[in-house]
Amino acid sequence: MITKFQVAYKNLLRKKVRSVLTLIGIALSAWVLVSLLGFNHGYKTALNKDIDNMGFQLMIMAKGCPYEAATMMLKGGTGLRYMKQSILETIEKEPEVEKTTPMLMQAVFDPNKGESGGIAAYLGVEPKSFSEMKTFFKFRQGVWFTDENAYEAVMGYEAAELEQREVGDMILIPEKNIQFKVVGILDRTGTQDDGTIFVPLKTLQKIFNKTDELTTIGIKVKKDADINRLEKKLYTLPDVQVVSLAQVKQTIIRLISTAKVMVLSTALIAILIAMVGVINTILMSVHERFQEIGILKTIGAMPWDIFKLIWTETIILCTIGGVLGVILALILSKITEVVIRRILPYSPSGGLVLIDLKLVLITLAAILCIGLLSGLYPAWRAGRIRPLEAIRGEAGR
Amino acid sequence: MSQHVFSMEAINLTKVYLRGSEEISAVNNVSLRINKGDFISIIGPSGSGKTTLINLLGCLDNPSSGELFLGGRPIFNNTRRLSENELTKIRRETFGYIFQNFYLIPTLTVLENVMLPLTFYRKTGSENHGIELLKLLGMEHRKSHLPAQISGGEMQRVAIARAMVNRPEILLADEPTGNLDTKRSAEIVQVLQEINQLEGLTIVMVTHNQELARQADRLFEMKDGLIDEIAE
Repeated sequence: MITKFQVAYKNLLRKKVRSVLTLIGIALSAWVLVSLLGFNHGYKTALNKDIDNMGFQLMIMAKGCPYEAATMMLKGGTGLRYMKQSILETIEKEPEVEKTTPMLMQAVFDPNKGESGGIAAYLGVEPKSFSEMKTFFKFRQGVWFTDENAYEAVMGYEAAELEQREVGDMILIPEKNIQFKVVGILDRTGTQDDGTIFVPLKTLQKIFNKTDELTTIGIKVKKDADINRLEKKLYTLPDVQVVSLAQVKQTIIRLISTAKVMVLSTALIAILIAMVGVINTILMSVHERFQEIGILKTIGAMPWDIFKLIWTETIILCTIGGVLGVILALILSKITEVVIRRILPYSPSGGLVLIDLKLVLITLAAILCIGLLSGLYPAWRAGRIRPLEAIRGEAGR
Repeated sequence: MSQHVFSMEAINLTKVYLRGSEEISAVNNVSLRINKGDFISIIGPSGSGKTTLINLLGCLDNPSSGELFLGGRPIFNNTRRLSENELTKIRRETFGYIFQNFYLIPTLTVLENVMLPLTFYRKTGSENHGIELLKLLGMEHRKSHLPAQISGGEMQRVAIARAMVNRPEILLADEPTGNLDTKRSAEIVQVLQEINQLEGLTIVMVTHNQELARQADRLFEMKDGLIDEIAE
């Protein structure tokens, strides 16, 4: 017995060059499609990871207080605003809040920094709650301080490089003339934490006479909680400002949306071209086999049988082309990533093109649907061929 | 051979074509009875209407008027016309077709070509018939060859096996030797005769070759759409 699949498959071998060219067209459009979807997925994942690496999604600070070390440096270490530590309790009562960590930022002028002195920034943190948020921190040397009142410091990678400090060394807070023992040095994180010197919160509050005062509170929101609702509630607190990293994320996503639209348009054009290619190939094949199809109907094939036969050919082409395209996308994903990084105004760290099984299946399903659609017309035409016209060789095609 | 059992009966079959505003009667009031197990041949010059007649008898086309009965079952009458699907159902149940141009699928092997009709419709007991037929037609050793690798005579034997694989009641052959040399033509007609005698299959053959036509049990001649049985 010979099946319809075998007949369809062998028919495609008849004009090998044409079938291969059609396959290349489908494979290229599948490659573009899977790479685009992979980029969409990968970019979001990488961006989320970058934001998760910050440890918290929301920051609360006193109104007017700079929240970036760089801004504070520009202001010469001045302009810090404070809020009461008691606000922490109010925030923790909110159901959306998973964890909080209080912080106090202080900056002093260090005459020994650089050639003509510079601003040295210290961040007072609670060792427990802060380290729980920054789980991705890796230590190059040493560990976190454990005593909340200790005179110990953990230095960011760049801060330690700049000051040429090792674990066990002492650092001096200028103006206050107080020494801290370095107990840990962090690995590079690629964030502003690299330039920060972390000290126990209570110690810093005591030294700078800021007992019960904070500059910043980091908030980790529960998974699936409504961040926007929480934000709105926090805005009702007196004299505080809310900085949402979700907003930052939205801004970045908006920035790349233009680039995404362009890539999507290219993918759609590629798919359309592939579709036309498939229709053309199958239609030509039907045209060339006009008499043969008529004979198949003479020997017992119903219109639906012919329709299925021609449709099967389209499905075979699209499945093989789709699989080839996915393989191509997997092999070339690193190159695609390099190209995309050059095009985009901002790209997060980590893999930008993320192709997983779900994505592969979605792409194959999409290519198959396109194939089924492309095959409809040629298959319908083939099904309508009348055996008598075919035998006569009439070009009523 | 069981005489007087009608395999096929045509009464006043007529097929009229329009060429511009002119009506052409390709088949004109043709009546004939073909008994079960008959081997008949129809001869006539080009344009005499013999192919149109075999197309009507083989349910490839609806007549303009007239009646057709297959095994006593009415197929066409003056008011009943069949759709393409209805014609296909009758064709695959009743007929096997052999054409001048063989029409083998070039990408399928000899055996696959023979088995092809079973892909679309299969009568009980037809599954292993392909190999038996290739043996009967002396083509078993060529079963794995592609059509391009065999001769014209062999291709027609494969086409005959394909026409017979679904155990048809009637074999219709339109110019089966039209593309073959004299020797191969004689061989093909001899094969048809053997099938007729061994299997008791009703065969209707259209040819322009009078010598070959005379090998059949009954001989008809067509001229200008009209038919006459020639007594031998």
